[in-house]
Amino acid sequence: MQTQPSNQLEAPENLTAGGGSLQPDTIARGVFLVAALAVVGTLFWMAFVVARDAMPAISKFGLGFLVNSTWDPVVEEFGGLTFVFGTIASSAIAMLLAVPVGLGIAIFLTEDFLPEWILTPIAFMVELLAAIPSVVYGLWGIFVMIPIVRAVETFLNQTLGWIQIGGKSIFGVPYGPGLLTAGVLLAIMILPTIASISRDVLKAIPRSLRNGSLALGATRWETIFRVLLPAASSGVVGACILGLGRALGETMAVTMVIGNTPQIDTSIFAPAYTIAALLANEFAEANTAVHIGALFFAALLLFVITLLVNIVAELIVRRVSLERN
Amino acid sequence: MTTSLRPEQPVSDDLTSPLEPGRALFTTSMTTLSVVFTFFAIIPLFSVLIYVLIQGFTSLSPDIFTKLPAPAGTPGGGFGNAIQGTLLMVGIAALISVPFGVLSGIFLSEYARDDRGIIEVIRFGVNVLAGVPSIVIGVFAYGVVVLSTKTFSAYAGGFALAILMLPIIVRTTEEALKLVPWELRLGSLGLGADRFNTTARVIVPAALPGIITGVMLAVSRAAGETAPLLFTALFSQYWIDKVGQPTASLAVLIFNYATTPYADLQRKAWGASLLLLILVLAISIISRYVFRRRF
Repeated sequence: MQTQPSNQLEAPENLTAGGGSLQPDTIARGVFLVAALAVVGTLFWMAFVVARDAMPAISKFGLGFLVNSTWDPVVEEFGGLTFVFGTIASSAIAMLLAVPVGLGIAIFLTEDFLPEWILTPIAFMVELLAAIPSVVYGLWGIFVMIPIVRAVETFLNQTLGWIQIGGKSIFGVPYGPGLLTAGVLLAIMILPTIASISRDVLKAIPRSLRNGSLALGATRWETIFRVLLPAASSGVVGACILGLGRALGETMAVTMVIGNTPQIDTSIFAPAYTIAALLANEFAEANTAVHIGALFFAALLLFVITLLVNIVAELIVRRVSLERN
Repeated sequence: MTTSLRPEQPVSDDLTSPLEPGRALFTTSMTTLSVVFTFFAIIPLFSVLIYVLIQGFTSLSPDIFTKLPAPAGTPGGGFGNAIQGTLLMVGIAALISVPFGVLSGIFLSEYARDDRGIIEVIRFGVNVLAGVPSIVIGVFAYGVVVLSTKTFSAYAGGFALAILMLPIIVRTTEEALKLVPWELRLGSLGLGADRFNTTARVIVPAALPGIITGVMLAVSRAAGETAPLLFTALFSQYWIDKVGQPTASLAVLIFNYATTPYADLQRKAWGASLLLLILVLAISIISRYVFRRRF
């Protein structure tokens, strides 16, 4: 924020008193450093513990875990395919909805459609969406959203039910709890992430770029699509990937509205199951070593996927903010 | 400079021409679309707030704080034990995460200039840690605490919440320290204080309101978290008599009661949601004024 002269803190060597390397200042710096390294070390500790406890399942099921769609604690056969499908499908629906809406909001809040004193509270309200606890979204989803979604599903089934993949409808029997409900709720939850980071990126574009485009005769929206969005593209992509990371790992709200049925169905209304929901529902009750191991394996899978997504997003967002400074 | 320009003179007609219909339509429709999108995004916020307020308000009574949950179907009862459990576990989490978080934040802000490389690594790690799904943090706490102590406990829940709070505390502390004017550091160093004394006696006291706000923000987020508690603290129908046993919490109570078919339990879920929302929103609004940016 402030531009700070970089070397002014260090007094020249011959002006400082005292000599030994174990001055209080050095010790204090060491303590701060150790605390900071401990915070980062938690990540590695976490990876180690989850991988260690997943080992029994990894050696038993191997990579076959990813393509097996049977999850049966009674006969101790565990495969994660249906959960991986549910995780990816619900996040995909969420991204389809949240990316255009989030970008629309970001543009609306950076352009001067309305005076600043109206836009600032709106921006704050969008950010407040991120503060509502996930379980409260779930409660709201069960009692408020599901009845609405069911009505929409009935309508879509009647009008578009004929669209099929392999003889089965995409807009099949309306359920209420299911992939679409989870996707819509996830979209609401990741909207603030996408909208506010995109807004920051758009705001940071130099004014001259916009003025140049307008001076050449482009309209406001031609400027947005051909100048501003291309200039902001990597930051916007970073924001979307951060949103994706949130959606993949989101647990409570999804568990409460997705129907928790391990299946792969062509209909986007059908109940499904995600890795996070599986962990939420079964971890406390698992009592055989194989079952617990399989759950740790699923957790490791989710951890690795979200870790990769977050690292990519972090690298992109970081590069953008470095360019800006 | 621009004396030759006469702004009062209108632009002559032959210099302006209306947009072609296609471009005009594009502009109007895109503007409408972005307004509609923004409107759509605000609806869920108000819908959640209004439903929680209306449904939650009717179930609030003093009993909520002082009584145990009544069995399903019997009216009355409260969830005092869940409030107690949330306070206990958030307290344990704060005890663990505040020292590490605040010290890390101080390192990132005050020692950033001589340790560029390591600062970058730490900041990266903190951001990645913030992105780890809370359910995975729960699995980690299960592996570390529950498996080794062989029991669900408030310790395990507190440990999980502590990891969740860490990145928030680090970031807000760093931000609070950066808001302290640079001249304060120069003044202190100019008077002969070393960096540690400058930090401990001048900078941190000046940033204290911000640091405390950051901790409160982390506490409010932790209080609403459910996923890390499901299989670390589990749940309990009773008051807490020792820390090393399954413990109730507001967040898990909402999850358990929302998924039951009993109307009186569902009403308690709304009541607990109202308590959590008041806490979370109040602290979010306060921190907005302190930091003037989001976390």
